[in-house]
Amino acid sequence: MTKTRLAALLLTSSLLGGAASAEDVTLTIESWRNDDLTIWQDKIIPAFEAANPGIKVVFAPTAPAEYNAALNSKLDAGTAGDLITCRPFDASLALYEKGQLADLSGLASMANFSSVAKSAWQTDDGAATFCVPMASVIHGFIYNKDAFDALGIAVPTTEAEFFAALDKIKEDGTYIPMAMGTNDQWEAATMGYNNIGPNYWKGEEGRLALIKGEQKLTDEAWVAPYRQLAKWGAYLGDGYEAQTYPDSQNLFTLGRAAVYPAGSWEISGFNAQAGFKMGAFPPPVANASDECYISDHTDIALGMNAKSAHPDEAKVFLDWVGSAEFAALYANALPGFFSLNSSPVAMEDPLAQEFVSWRDKCHSTIRSTYQILSRGTPNLETETWNASVNTIKGTETPEDAGKRLQEGLASWYAPQQ
Amino acid sequence: MAGRPRSHIIIFLAPAVLVYTAVMIWPLFNTLRLSLYVSEAGGRHFAGLANFRTLFGDPRWSASFWNALGNNVWFFIIHMIVQNPIGIALAAILSHPRLRFSAFYRSAIFIPTILSFVIVGFAWKLILSPIWGIAPGMLDAVGLKSLFAPWLGKEEYALTTLALISVWQFVGIPMMLIYAALLSIPEEVLEAGEIDGLTGWAAFWKIKLPLILPSIGIISILTFVGNFNAFDLIYAAQGALAGPNFSTDILGTFLYRTFFGFQLQLGDPHMGSAIATAMFVIILTGVCIYLWGIQTRMRRYQF
Repeated sequence: MTKTRLAALLLTSSLLGGAASAEDVTLTIESWRNDDLTIWQDKIIPAFEAANPGIKVVFAPTAPAEYNAALNSKLDAGTAGDLITCRPFDASLALYEKGQLADLSGLASMANFSSVAKSAWQTDDGAATFCVPMASVIHGFIYNKDAFDALGIAVPTTEAEFFAALDKIKEDGTYIPMAMGTNDQWEAATMGYNNIGPNYWKGEEGRLALIKGEQKLTDEAWVAPYRQLAKWGAYLGDGYEAQTYPDSQNLFTLGRAAVYPAGSWEISGFNAQAGFKMGAFPPPVANASDECYISDHTDIALGMNAKSAHPDEAKVFLDWVGSAEFAALYANALPGFFSLNSSPVAMEDPLAQEFVSWRDKCHSTIRSTYQILSRGTPNLETETWNASVNTIKGTETPEDAGKRLQEGLASWYAPQQ
Repeated sequence: MAGRPRSHIIIFLAPAVLVYTAVMIWPLFNTLRLSLYVSEAGGRHFAGLANFRTLFGDPRWSASFWNALGNNVWFFIIHMIVQNPIGIALAAILSHPRLRFSAFYRSAIFIPTILSFVIVGFAWKLILSPIWGIAPGMLDAVGLKSLFAPWLGKEEYALTTLALISVWQFVGIPMMLIYAALLSIPEEVLEAGEIDGLTGWAAFWKIKLPLILPSIGIISILTFVGNFNAFDLIYAAQGALAGPNFSTDILGTFLYRTFFGFQLQLGDPHMGSAIATAMFVIILTGVCIYLWGIQTRMRRYQF
């Protein structure tokens, strides 16, 4: 504990140049959102500190890929910060069960969140909530409006229109039809499979049926998205096999690609980088009259280190994170991270408005692999990355991928046996 | 009388022994011990060889393990047949008395060795990038654009590419060691050979090479240990998932994923320790084979 304090003190003294007076309590936030560092430092933390004199907050992020491993090691060693940014579902649940995250069920501002919003950070029976929900991210496609206008392409709503549009872009040759690579693997699953999939497995209906064991990954609803992914390979840029996530982002924002399979978290970065008009469309449905489903994934929350030296101050901060004031501040500072707070938040960014408008016309669901199903070995999420990449490259057929994943899941998950 | 000389030996040895025990021996044995436990709800308990049964008996675990081991062997083979011969050749060229600027070449070739893995991985990823890289452009300039492929993204080439990057980085080490060995060969031996009519290549094959064999042995074992402990370059270039499709997964990345967890996969220190133990056994076996099978013979050969 003294180590945490010392680390926090050292951090503050170096960051704030010793501005904090001796009586101030300093809270450190562990996070994977290193992209958001300036927003926390310039907007969010000053707003809190102005209203709560005597509490200083330091945002200390780690690289996203290392976050889980680094956080677990820090918590085991007792050197983690006071406030812990929570991954959804099992990663955080495990921390709670090990007694490393505090139970926050009694926090006043928890009343501001719906049970769906809280579900990602609750015990399976819903008895205890251990993180304050912050935001969800919505999947869809961001497109280069200037490119679509120049080529006379209308925004596609059905799959047939979607592939017709891609064909037209490919034929014209000015733009790479779609900016995505398979080097980092996760995009293929997150922006590919779990982006277009909910339309096939009918969102929550299919997701819950899979958890209950009523559907299998070899069912048409779960294989069909792979069949669509298999068609994507032809529309990705040259050498997409070695194209990384930042490569794809750059290809799109430099105006070299027309469509970007996206998560809404890209919005602020793209707004800053892209010199052309952008629009967004939800994953196209099979037939024009079909109901649409979107992945509106509860992604990020904030919890408290159970061994924090300043639990009372940390709770003050968490209560504020659950307030409508924070929701408005956060959703507008980071367009694309949509508040989970029940009070409606007015957003100014047009692209963010477009994304959030799908909540009204489509059914929301979360990523299929996140709740319960990735608890065992082999890990369904990681396997889905691998299967999505393989089907895009054509090294595995959609049917084989579904069969392999089902066998893996059934090897440890009782309802699927 | 007998006690006195011993006590100062103990005092002089103590700092090194204590530090080495604390940072090497104790963690090593603790890792071996950890691999005999499993964590269940409410703590861990002793489980004997259960983790090893899973690692080698479960079809998924064993497939991952043998895949990683196979990749590791290939990684090692590339180093042995590319890095070490090139290192020896470079050393032979550098030790040529009439070569000018040899100090410059020596430094230039050695510099990559002192670079961080992260820099090497990142730089090569950029060089080979199909989008921004200079490799496709350079091949295009000589009309060989058709030979370019996104090597790091192809299952069949990725591991070999990474092994060659590693060779590029570390070729300076065998070069330096062999260079030192070549310089230590006494002039009289070479002159005696010359009188008997051995010059040029013949002198290299018949006199120098046999005399630097012990150094080559040392290099081989260093390469072996380094390769089977490798992790950093693969992690920096391909990430912990060692893509594409685990084609670059070596024991180090497999251990990392298992021990610390990855994305939604939670870490399992006990299973991770089992893999670490397997790596330890593999390396120990390799080193023992070298020490008893090769080095003893070599010493006899020298005399």
